[in-house]
Amino acid sequence: MIEIIVSVLLLAGAAFMLLAAVGILRLPDLPTRMHASTKAGAMGAMFTMGGVAFYFGDSVVFARAFAIVVFILITSPIAAHVIGRAGYFLGTSLWDGTVKDELRENYDPDTHKLSSGYEGSPESVTPPTESESPKDS
Amino acid sequence: MIPFVINIVYFMLSVALLFAFIRLTRGPSLPDRVVALELIASIVVGYVGVHAIDTGVSSLLDVAIVIALTAFLAAIGFARFLERGGRRND
Repeated sequence: MIEIIVSVLLLAGAAFMLLAAVGILRLPDLPTRMHASTKAGAMGAMFTMGGVAFYFGDSVVFARAFAIVVFILITSPIAAHVIGRAGYFLGTSLWDGTVKDELRENYDPDTHKLSSGYEGSPESVTPPTESESPKDS
Repeated sequence: MIPFVINIVYFMLSVALLFAFIRLTRGPSLPDRVVALELIASIVVGYVGVHAIDTGVSSLLDVAIVIALTAFLAAIGFARFLERGGRRND
């Protein structure tokens, strides 16, 4: 029984990592590559550590594997965010088929200031006025 | 059953490592290479875990912890370097 669980977990982890590698090889630009590699790679490592924890069946090994899983779960999004931010600041070219880049018009690369896009419109500076209803009479 | 599965997993991880290495050598910009390096570290963590099962030595998990920690620090360092505008030679 344990053998089947360990085998399934190991195969799932390896399949996720292979999928991440295929994604990083085939996808066209930096954000799509990151979207393939960071999530699926972390998932594959976590599945493999789950298989290790089940195989040894020891509380010490289980604690270590759990620590690795928690560590990957915490650090992988941070690393992905930081690299993606740096890659966008460098001005890496996006894929030709990109349909929307919302940072492009709202972000000033010189001052590193992000605007909301509603500064010029009157709704942002004046609160919505109440309808003037005649109180007297 | 386990040794057979471990052989398959070794093969799949090796192919994944090869793909990531191709992106590392071919990547058009430096952030692409950093992403590939991070994926390679993640694959190596999986490799170490499978090797721990293969040999039955559970102490190898410490190696996996250290590799994961080093990969995180390397990614943060590369990102800081890129953002500060260091010398680049893509």
